[in-house]
Amino acid sequence: MDLFLQQLFGGLATGAIYASIALAVVMIYQAIDHFNFAQGEMAMFSTFIAWQLLDWGFPYWAAFFACIVISFLGGVAIERIVFKPIHNAPVLSHIIVFIALFSIFNSVAGFIWDYTIKAYPSPFPSETPFETTLIGMHQLGMIAIVLAMLGAIYVFFRFTSVGLAMRAAAANPVSARLVGVSVDWMLALGWGLAAAIGAVAGMLIAPIVFLEPNMMLGILLYGFAGAVVGGLTSPGGAVVGGFLVGVIENLASLVPFIGSELKLTVALVLIVGVLLVRPFGLFGRVVVNRV
Amino acid sequence: MPTRNPADMLQIAGIEMVSWRRIWLVAGLVIAIALPFLFEGFTVFQLTRALIYAIAILGLNLLTGFNGQFSLGHSAFFAIGAYTTAIMMDRWEVAYYWTILPAAAVCFVAGFLFGLPALRLEGLYLALATFALATATPQILKYEPVAKFTGGVQGLDVFPDDSPVSFLSNDQWWYYFTLVVALIAFLVAWNLVRGRTGRAMIAIRDNPIASKTMGINTALYKSLTFGVSAAFTGVAGALEAIVIQFVAPDSFTFLLAVSFLVGLVVGGIGSIPGAIFGGLFILLIPNWADQISQGLSWAIYGLFLIGAVYVMPAGAAGLVRLVTMRLAKKPSG
Repeated sequence: MDLFLQQLFGGLATGAIYASIALAVVMIYQAIDHFNFAQGEMAMFSTFIAWQLLDWGFPYWAAFFACIVISFLGGVAIERIVFKPIHNAPVLSHIIVFIALFSIFNSVAGFIWDYTIKAYPSPFPSETPFETTLIGMHQLGMIAIVLAMLGAIYVFFRFTSVGLAMRAAAANPVSARLVGVSVDWMLALGWGLAAAIGAVAGMLIAPIVFLEPNMMLGILLYGFAGAVVGGLTSPGGAVVGGFLVGVIENLASLVPFIGSELKLTVALVLIVGVLLVRPFGLFGRVVVNRV
Repeated sequence: MPTRNPADMLQIAGIEMVSWRRIWLVAGLVIAIALPFLFEGFTVFQLTRALIYAIAILGLNLLTGFNGQFSLGHSAFFAIGAYTTAIMMDRWEVAYYWTILPAAAVCFVAGFLFGLPALRLEGLYLALATFALATATPQILKYEPVAKFTGGVQGLDVFPDDSPVSFLSNDQWWYYFTLVVALIAFLVAWNLVRGRTGRAMIAIRDNPIASKTMGINTALYKSLTFGVSAAFTGVAGALEAIVIQFVAPDSFTFLLAVSFLVGLVVGGIGSIPGAIFGGLFILLIPNWADQISQGLSWAIYGLFLIGAVYVMPAGAAGLVRLVTMRLAKKPSG
């Protein structure tokens, strides 16, 4: 039972990592209707920027918010510079550009800051306020920040006119343009927000996995999985999906013949299983196509 | 007598398009046959691998380009093909040329079976499911009970016989062997796509619901396409095992599936000759990028990719189509 609880909470802690990335994935999906394969590398790059600011002597929260702003502007710039000229190219060409961005960010980060791992500070105290060894303070703080981000996104999409315009631009670009929404800038805004959320995720993950150019590789994959399981149209679903993936992955390693060798496989098989029963994810909206 | 396609009657420099296509085909073949004598051993080996990748990309193209199903998992079928060959040669000492067809058969079955559950998934969800397959493959190959066949982390060594033709070096022999297999594969794919089956595949891609109302068994065609696509990629895997003479789980990661996808898009989605360009691209460009700058090689590769998409949004095949359209004129008189 102890072992079970330990793995369960361990799963929740890693789940928080996946959930934060899943949230960024869903954000960009809402805006541009694609997966952004470079999301993880963009988050990693943002985290390196924050690390550089800290290294230059900025206080933690100053670096934190400066990094969010820089990432937001960077996301907008990527959309305007790289993607605007190929708006009409086929979907798969966009995916190739994502892959290109992935390798560029990864390689440039390695070139500037090299591949040695770096420690990244946590903003939270190391002591938990209550008696438990199951979960650390940083993990708790991380879960809280993820939930806060989720709340902010919900309010943004549900109650602000910009949020409504973004949803309109994604759902029906032509009609949105007719009622005066600047679809192009909504896309750029979506990129910016996704980059900013990714930056927050990166800065929260870095104290756990250490900072290095390849830190996001595995995490992004699980983040995708979480987003898809939860449903790509639902930010809340993505967070639940992220936690689920973390917990399933950790609990699977308890089953004797699976062990830690196959836990990734088991997690992925379960995800595919979920998709077979609910092809649009647990909380996703079913899209009906007309002929 | 069947009516002729008006597009075939367009002319460039007074020669009809049909004839141009034949000229290019013959020229391509002559170049392909001459290449091993123009370059030294290692380049020939690289060209062989580019051809192998071209076959794998062709398989992916049948699925994605002609049937509209995404896959990020073709590295898995590549691995299954490679291991089928390696295990047959290692365990039962079968000669390498007898392992190609069994590898295709095993991959066809695997692809067909995977295609059945995939019927329920579309677009990104299918991409995720196939991605799961790609990630799981290296782990499964290393898994204890399987490891006594696959050799686990160490992989398997493969010892194919030397070149049977005295004036050809081993590299040259493998090149020609691969070339023959590739020609057969391209011929099969071309015939498949051009006929009734191909029309059904394309109809499903363009409008699944409408094609169903027209009496196409979409479920059967989609899973069969998955099987055939996997079989092509499996043949490529088998050739890779023979040519590299070694298989190991970590050569078949998700990144391999991504480079197939890159090759597919750069070559041209839904274009059969485009696969050759794609194969050359994914093999040569990373090498060149590495020569330009070691530290930033992947950044340069990324810039090459973006450049390729900017210059040819519909792949190399799309660019060729655009150029011929510009040059083509209606026959005079």
